[in-house]
Amino acid sequence: MALLDPPRTGPPPVVSLAARQVRRRTGGIRPARVFDLVGAGIAALCVAWLVFGRVAALSGPLGFVVVAFVVFVVVHAVLVSLHEDRIATRDAIMTTLLSAFGFVAFGVLALVVGFTLWRGRSALVHSNFYTQDMSKAGPLAPLTVGGAGHAVVGTLWMIGIALVLSVPLGLVCAVYLDQSRTRFARLVRTIVEAMTALPTILAGLFIYAAWILTLGYQQSGLAAALALSIMMLPYMIRTSDLVLRLVPQSLREASDALGAPTWRTVWHVVLPTARSGLTTAVILATARGIGEASPVLLTAGFTSYLNLDPVHGPMVSLPLLALELVASGQPSYVARGFGCAALLLLVILTLFAVARIIGGYGPGRQSPRQQRRAARASARDVARYAAQGGVR
Amino acid sequence: MADLAMALDTPVRPAQTPRRIAPVRNTGDRIFFAGTRLGAIAVVGVIGCVGTFLAVRAAPALAVAKLHFLTTQAWEPDIHDFGVAGVLSGTVLIALVALIVATPISLGLALFISEIAPEKVRRVLISLVDLMAAVPSVVYALWGLEFFEGRVVGVARWLATWAGWFPLFHVHSATTDSSLGTATTYSASIFVVGLVVSLMVMPIQCSVMREAFSQAPLGEREGAYALGGSRWGMITSVVLPFGRGGIVGGTMLGLGRALGETIVVYLIISSSYGINWHILQSGGNSISSLIALQHGDADSFGIAALMAAGLTLFALTLVVNLVASAIISRSRSGAQSEV
Repeated sequence: MALLDPPRTGPPPVVSLAARQVRRRTGGIRPARVFDLVGAGIAALCVAWLVFGRVAALSGPLGFVVVAFVVFVVVHAVLVSLHEDRIATRDAIMTTLLSAFGFVAFGVLALVVGFTLWRGRSALVHSNFYTQDMSKAGPLAPLTVGGAGHAVVGTLWMIGIALVLSVPLGLVCAVYLDQSRTRFARLVRTIVEAMTALPTILAGLFIYAAWILTLGYQQSGLAAALALSIMMLPYMIRTSDLVLRLVPQSLREASDALGAPTWRTVWHVVLPTARSGLTTAVILATARGIGEASPVLLTAGFTSYLNLDPVHGPMVSLPLLALELVASGQPSYVARGFGCAALLLLVILTLFAVARIIGGYGPGRQSPRQQRRAARASARDVARYAAQGGVR
Repeated sequence: MADLAMALDTPVRPAQTPRRIAPVRNTGDRIFFAGTRLGAIAVVGVIGCVGTFLAVRAAPALAVAKLHFLTTQAWEPDIHDFGVAGVLSGTVLIALVALIVATPISLGLALFISEIAPEKVRRVLISLVDLMAAVPSVVYALWGLEFFEGRVVGVARWLATWAGWFPLFHVHSATTDSSLGTATTYSASIFVVGLVVSLMVMPIQCSVMREAFSQAPLGEREGAYALGGSRWGMITSVVLPFGRGGIVGGTMLGLGRALGETIVVYLIISSSYGINWHILQSGGNSISSLIALQHGDADSFGIAALMAAGLTLFALTLVVNLVASAIISRSRSGAQSEV
């Protein structure tokens, strides 16, 4: 990525008019740039190896990487400055630094995901992990007994109820924000945006105060679902608001010009155009809600038994079970906890893959399947006209 | 249609005044607008209820503790000795550590994605950042507890040795002893928690900043190139000034998120209720983790005290987030797409 050529600076090369004009390459990778990068890389590795292995008594992979990186940046800057001017050298240094930020961030992501999946593998390979609950699995029980089946059921109930509550309300509110230009709409947008960063434990605390203490219900899957939907609602509204904004104004105006009332424009033009984006918004909100443990911590209670009834009795979700199992500190429980976390990560990765397949097309752009469907429809129309003898 | 015909029929008056355009709404539209407005009011109502219920439930505890609630460094609701001074300072310190680490990285990452990464890779990178934001906090917490904490002790020890003169980095047992205490001196500290929280804050900051950067006008970018600027020159003279609102707003949104993080603090930190300024040293707490730790064995007065703590957190994050979203929305003028 960093290999892409920055725009040339400095005076243009002197070309005699008589010479055959050669088209200058503006893009692509120049050999000099590759030599600089490779040379600096080799130099950095060698210096770091020397410092760590031979000269100084330093140790640790982190220090090695830091030393190697610093040497790399310096050597690369010197190499570039041999054949470029000061501005281009500074550009090369900054490009290296910014790319390094990218590698650090995505490297940490890979580390987090990889470590969790790796530690979770020992629990995930047993089929009883998906079907049994923890009622018979004591701290010393092997991984072939007991599992997280009750947490899977609980997660499904909670996220299902939370979606039923938050998606329609969120969509209605997003449509309102999209259609209305009043001061109240601006206020709503500001509040919703501020609420996307509401500490999730406060959603749980609110449901605890309102639903359990004031209305007198017990801790249950339903209470946890209410807390989750309060947490997901602002997120749902914000993402669908962004998606609805991308619907081209010209499409709405075309519908208006045909005399359609606003609700028909919204129902037949705005929402279908934004369909893929809205689906993505729902999936992303699901991914957010499914992994949240803190609202559930206060509202769902905790149980090691399978509970199929979301209204009565305590229920447990995957993130909550992972948290409690790891917090207990027992080695077999920690392994099961990592199993729960890995399962959760796999679900979220799947949701993201689905979101990317569905949302891979911008508003108004058709997927290959939609294109084939449209082509079939017009072929049918042609056949119909031909049958009527209307097409010359 | 009828309006148009009427407008054509009316004779042209000599002194023309601008015609008033009032939207004609039929019954369907009236129902539609009333319905959507009702939805919006319901959303605001629910969000308003959060604050109201917390305040009502916190009242008994606040009536007992009065202003000492903000200055007491203990949490013993049973003997009416409780306050948020310790946990509040812990919350702010954790958020500050997270912010100081996360902001430069997310700024660099946002610039990398919007300016340096090639067009084809960009969409993948954007959804990777989204994925980073959607990785559950419990996964970060487990990673922090089992993988990260043991490996960061060396860094903490190094900081305490060479930067111990800086008050925040001072470690008690490090003063005379050359071995600088055992590993447990440095584990379960505000520093470790802050670093893990910074990973969770980074994607939020990054996506807000990237959105602001990608809206820097193309004409001015090309103008900078045409004047002979390098890419970095273009970034400093066009992209960064244009995205300033996004940088500030994104940072503050990240601050709001860092203040409220529960699970990581709950699982990693060794909890204490006094003010601990020595961030490298074990011990500390945050408001959200206090709630998660204490709700299980609290009586009704203890719950009221926890509600009061929650109310403090609510007020703190609300102020931070409102300022952040006001800054972001002011910088997002003309964000409508016109095709």
